[in-house]
Amino acid sequence: MTSTEIQNEIIDDFSLFEEDMESKLFYLMDLGKKLPEMPLEHKTEEFIVKGCQSKVWLYPVKQDGKLFFEADSNTEITKGLVSLLVKILSGKTPSEIVETDLYFIEKIGMNHMIGSQRSNGFASMIKQMKMYAFALTQNN
Amino acid sequence: MSVTTLDINFIRSQFPILHQEVNGHPLVYFDNAATTQKPIKVIEALGDYYKLHNANIHRGAHALADRSTGFFEDTRKSVQQFINAKEAAECIFTKGVTESINLVAQTYGKAFLKPGDEVLISYMEHHSNIVPWQMICEETGAHLKVIPIHENGELDLEAFYKLLSVQTKIVACVWASNALGTINPVKEIIDSAHKVGAIVLLDGAQAGSHLPINVQQLDVDFLTLSGHKLYGPTGVGVLYGKRELLDKMPPYQGGGEMIKEVSFESTTYNEIPFKFEAGTPNIGDVIAFKYALEFVNGIGKDAIIQWESKLLNHFNAGIREFGSNRIKLFGAAKEKVAVQSFLLEGKHPFDTGLLLDARGIAVRTGHHCTQPLMKFFGIEGTVRASFAVYNTMEEVDVLLDSLKKMVNR
Repeated sequence: MTSTEIQNEIIDDFSLFEEDMESKLFYLMDLGKKLPEMPLEHKTEEFIVKGCQSKVWLYPVKQDGKLFFEADSNTEITKGLVSLLVKILSGKTPSEIVETDLYFIEKIGMNHMIGSQRSNGFASMIKQMKMYAFALTQNN
Repeated sequence: MSVTTLDINFIRSQFPILHQEVNGHPLVYFDNAATTQKPIKVIEALGDYYKLHNANIHRGAHALADRSTGFFEDTRKSVQQFINAKEAAECIFTKGVTESINLVAQTYGKAFLKPGDEVLISYMEHHSNIVPWQMICEETGAHLKVIPIHENGELDLEAFYKLLSVQTKIVACVWASNALGTINPVKEIIDSAHKVGAIVLLDGAQAGSHLPINVQQLDVDFLTLSGHKLYGPTGVGVLYGKRELLDKMPPYQGGGEMIKEVSFESTTYNEIPFKFEAGTPNIGDVIAFKYALEFVNGIGKDAIIQWESKLLNHFNAGIREFGSNRIKLFGAAKEKVAVQSFLLEGKHPFDTGLLLDARGIAVRTGHHCTQPLMKFFGIEGTVRASFAVYNTMEEVDVLLDSLKKMVNR
């Protein structure tokens, strides 16, 4: 699936909740629980993306010209959002990752999660994923 | 308005912001320790200042300047009465508690601290009552000593007496803790500090809106207040200091207003309070602040404390009833302002905060700028609900219901 198709599917899923923010958050927390467990040896200081309150670990894996991500977070809601990013971007080529416009965040009503850089690792994580991908496009 | 007839609906009607929905639910604002909402008279006074009176204050030879100066100095008199200072000149306007503390550290501290002297602070200080002292200690060679606390969030007074000595020159202590709500025995601290010749600065950021203040009776040397935590505008703070101390302190910043006479060879400084108010002050907000003090005076501190204690007790009783095994409360001092920190078992405070926000409830999550205190409890942060006089029992029930749903999920 293309990143656009995945994003549209996510938007469809969230549209069921309409304006019910609480249900959206509970759903995100459930999604986070389904994120594949990150190997402990990759959850090191080097791979932490820091926010003031929530932490995210992000570990990039290159394979056959594609970039895969392992990720985790210490907060359940951020972890749910992280799982969506992994679903959309993991396994894509570096240039695809750099170019992907993550319009789903606003469409599912979660733009406040990327508004405050200080308070959560999610916003920094998007930047970090793109940085990893960008570095690869420069090396090739 | 007497204690028994506190009319919460009337009080709430003075706060336009409270009457809105957030995420489809009526707003429940429990982040009052971070900043309180503003009564309509404060908002109108701020608007009126710019619509009708705006002029730079002091020394203007025109009607608007006279008027603005009068209003500005009226607020100073209101502050004087609010804290029962001997004279209005002892009340200096700053932009907040942080600036007030930095002012004292950088002037009194710089002038009078010597190598080997000691500055005492407590374990429950806000970063703004830690860092300025660290900075000046580093500069002067003085040592920073920390008064420990007990598990229930009360100050360890025995340890305080052990730390207190003739080396102690400054005791800088929070009156009411922003993270735990603990009210410290400040009169005892002040009297003991004076016996060894130390001066005392109280961080009154949280005390301002909750506790009666009488600086002469306390005999406190410096007291700091935050306007925006006291129903007033942001960008207004107060530094109260005894005249004898303020007079002998060097100025903080140089510029206009703080001078008597300037030549390229030398400058003589103005009298207090102007010596410490260099540059054009935050005129509009200071003028509006007076109406915040009037709002508080109109209800009375005793009535405020009584109501807020009821809210706090109702919340804590609710937690004990359904969630004491799943929700941990932090801060069980006997004397508390209406602030309660807590954690849901196994839940990060950030998640709890977002879920409460989804129901229109505003709380604060994180370390509350008290990282050493969080370390003491072995946690990264808490969820903090802090109540104000306009909050209701029904709002506390909304919070309790939401927490109940979360722990039962």
